[in-house]
Amino acid sequence: MDRRRFLAACGIGAGGVLLPGFAGRAIAAQELVTTVDVAVKKRLADAGLSAATAAGASYCDVRIGRYMRQFVITREANVQGITNTESSGIGVRVIADGAWGFAATNDMTAEAVAGAARLAVAIAKANAGSQTEPVQLAPTPALGEVSWRTPIRRNAMEVPIEEKVALLLGVNAAATQAGANFVNSQLFLVNEQKYFASTDGSYIDQDIHRIWAPFSVTAVDQATGKFRERDGLSAPMGMGYEYLEGRAEDKTTAPNGVVSYGMSYDMTEDAVAAARQAREKLSAASVQPGQYDLVLDPNHLGLTIHESIGHPLELDRVLGYEANYAGTSFATLDKQQARFQYGSDIVNVFADKTQAGSLGAVGYDDEGVRTKEWALIDAGKLVDYQKTRDQAHIVGQTESDGCSYADSWSTVQFQRMPNVSLRPGTTPMTAAQMIANVENGIYILGRGSYSIDQQRYNAQFGGTLFYEIKNGEITRPLEDVAYQMRTPEFWNACSGICDETDYRMFGSFFDGKGQPSQVSAVSHGSSTTRFDGINVINTARSLG
Amino acid sequence: MSIMTEADAKAILDKVIALSEADEATARLNGSIEGNIRFARNNVSTSGVISNTSLSVQSAFGRRTGSASTNEFSDEALARVVRRSEDLARLAPENPEFVPAVGPQQYRASPTFAEATAAITPEDRARVARASIEPCVGAGLVAAGFLEDGQSFTAFANSNGNFGYQRSTAMDYTCTVRTQDGSGSGWVGTNSQDFSTFDPADDIQIAMRKASASAEARALEPGKYTVILEPAAASGLVSFMLNYFDARQADEGRSFLSKAGGGNRLGEQVFDPRVNLYADPWDPNVPVLPWDGEGLPRERMALVEDGKIANLVYSRYWAQKEGKTAVGDPGNMIMTGGTKSTAELVRETERGVLVTRTWYIRMVDPQTVLVTGLTRDGTFYIENGELRYPIKNFRFNESPIIMLNNIDELGRPVRVEGGMMIPAMRLRDFTFTSLSDAV
Repeated sequence: MDRRRFLAACGIGAGGVLLPGFAGRAIAAQELVTTVDVAVKKRLADAGLSAATAAGASYCDVRIGRYMRQFVITREANVQGITNTESSGIGVRVIADGAWGFAATNDMTAEAVAGAARLAVAIAKANAGSQTEPVQLAPTPALGEVSWRTPIRRNAMEVPIEEKVALLLGVNAAATQAGANFVNSQLFLVNEQKYFASTDGSYIDQDIHRIWAPFSVTAVDQATGKFRERDGLSAPMGMGYEYLEGRAEDKTTAPNGVVSYGMSYDMTEDAVAAARQAREKLSAASVQPGQYDLVLDPNHLGLTIHESIGHPLELDRVLGYEANYAGTSFATLDKQQARFQYGSDIVNVFADKTQAGSLGAVGYDDEGVRTKEWALIDAGKLVDYQKTRDQAHIVGQTESDGCSYADSWSTVQFQRMPNVSLRPGTTPMTAAQMIANVENGIYILGRGSYSIDQQRYNAQFGGTLFYEIKNGEITRPLEDVAYQMRTPEFWNACSGICDETDYRMFGSFFDGKGQPSQVSAVSHGSSTTRFDGINVINTARSLG
Repeated sequence: MSIMTEADAKAILDKVIALSEADEATARLNGSIEGNIRFARNNVSTSGVISNTSLSVQSAFGRRTGSASTNEFSDEALARVVRRSEDLARLAPENPEFVPAVGPQQYRASPTFAEATAAITPEDRARVARASIEPCVGAGLVAAGFLEDGQSFTAFANSNGNFGYQRSTAMDYTCTVRTQDGSGSGWVGTNSQDFSTFDPADDIQIAMRKASASAEARALEPGKYTVILEPAAASGLVSFMLNYFDARQADEGRSFLSKAGGGNRLGEQVFDPRVNLYADPWDPNVPVLPWDGEGLPRERMALVEDGKIANLVYSRYWAQKEGKTAVGDPGNMIMTGGTKSTAELVRETERGVLVTRTWYIRMVDPQTVLVTGLTRDGTFYIENGELRYPIKNFRFNESPIIMLNNIDELGRPVRVEGGMMIPAMRLRDFTFTSLSDAV
């Protein structure tokens, strides 16, 4: 256990956050807004491609990455840390003798790149002996020299530190003023400057931006020793600092006054609500276990989509490539061929890496494939998976879906989840109208604990806020709520989806997969959705 | 360049400290070479080697700090990184919780380095993959696994005259073996400093046996069962509990170690008297660096003694505020046990459930450390001291605090991933709440 893991394990700096994939060297703020000259990157990449080809590679791609992060971490009136990191280097992936090989170096010279390319070829050849299925790549067009940039309005890396500190300390003060005992707030800003070149003839320069502004408020009842936390209702987004403008048109107010956020976020307003709601949780009624109709807000449902649809439809899991870690999938190839009834006929789920503002949005994936949108579940039936170039042939297809991603120059790219989203209902319906038709239900907002088995059948989800619904009315807050489900039964119990005016994105900033484990960021859009007759358990325990 | 000698590392760090104009400066040098091989469907899927070296410098003017780093080591580059960290420090807000860098320390080296691990070649990794795959192919089974290995060095110095240098190695091997029809799954894992003690040919047999034996599992009703958690299964739950040994968190009233009415539960009997948990950087089975991230020397530190809370972990700031002495944050965790193997625990069990591995464990309620998760890769029903038949996997909702009050017997501790030594354990009334169809 290294210190970073132990800090996380010990929760040091209560509410402390684990920063997977955020290792890197610290740099000065002014360096965060610079980029490396494309001509320099092309020269380095060509050195790697030539060396790999000369050493016997039948395919090579070179990724030159500059991964920059800024974190601002605060609690109450203190700034606990401001860190700027940069991790730069070059990863070379090759196919030689039908096997993959990979090597990476942080030495940004032509000699070092060529050396890494030769090492990657040697590794591929060492592995080829035990290979029974040679790698087959689906063709992808040569793109020449192209570029893409996240369409941001305000580059978060250019916003002065003073402005960021003032925002977070203002959030903390507002929460404290509103009754919070403790508040931790953070800003995580990411800029991936990625250059990709391959022996297929593509040279792709991309500049990708992401932002996340989480907080957690704690209320303590010292007399009883009880404490409750309420996390923020923001979503990490593929946006610039404009996400924190908190525009009125991006707010949705539930029948009981809880405010949810769409394409922008009012962090201070949410922190004030959080303080009040955390205190409310200390005395909220403990749920009576049983069957309920659940009304799930998009900022909650996104995680359920992620775990019970996004992951089981990753083709590498279906095929067994993740069997030793993340697991396999119940959604086997025979189910796709038989158009398995995954959900009720109103359930339409699509994958994409193109939605504006989403975490998954890029122009091209990490093996040079142009991104797109495609259907995974059509009228409740399973129709497709998520694929990379070396997987398409296995399901009889001729092109990749553009799902390849590596979280660093030093890690090898592989199949990662694109945005996976539930299409809004076609009949006009607001969350208030949906709730008005529920007799005995629970309205759940925000992410809570989540756990699912290695084939994605049995899952259990908590949430941030829970409200009892009786005869069409929200009656009171509840606590100790978790629902248990079996994936196909759950999605077949889907009985209503609000319309597109209610569509919002949830995001996962640190989705883990692979060995060595890599993180990726992905969004899941949906409108408020109803599920009938779901099993709810009570999670309260006594330590005696 | 990735792995520097002590003399080379010290020369660079001395230069950096001499260049500093700040009130205080700390410099850290890290380098590593890491290799891995991954296989699935009885084929190698990915394999690679990654090398990296970096220097970071932290400067402080009063309570203002800034840090910067580089991976260039020319005199000009060193001067640049020092100036940059000083520029950032001058711009930073004052940190009211700032604590000055530690003074000169004496570190007793710990045995974190093994030559055999540092000498691993791509061919060695390919051999491990073959040794895992070939027996499975022969037996009509399917292997998916991963070996990662690495060597690294850590060196640091500060303007108070402190210096440390040590090299480390590590390896971790895991393999999941499944039946071809997907009806059975078994798992094995080995975590070690030293590659020379590792034999995949032995390990793979365990995973193969469990895969074959777990096919055609029967369904048992969810409920409370006597269980035997193998070490890898137990560590998933116990490590969650370690989240809450931070003194500040307990003092602030947001931990199971907070006391109603204020304060913490130091000295209280919280677990069964057989529970003993301690950290020890020199433990030969699971050694870690003899200093923590701030250069504070680690010590042998008990967290739980005979079921009582023996120590909480203090940050240097919280120790200073509360009038305590801070010692280095623990880097490993050792739970003591008995001498029996898992097989011996099974032989002495009238009725119960054997759990190979736990999976996707998440916090449900931090108040009680209630966690949920699932069993995986080999769950069996035990009757009269024998594994009678494989059973379907369960979801559990259980608190490690409750679990460590329901101990029937502890087995022999073994090293598991995450810097832990932990015994297999037979526990009463473990709470399974639903069945899973997953294999």
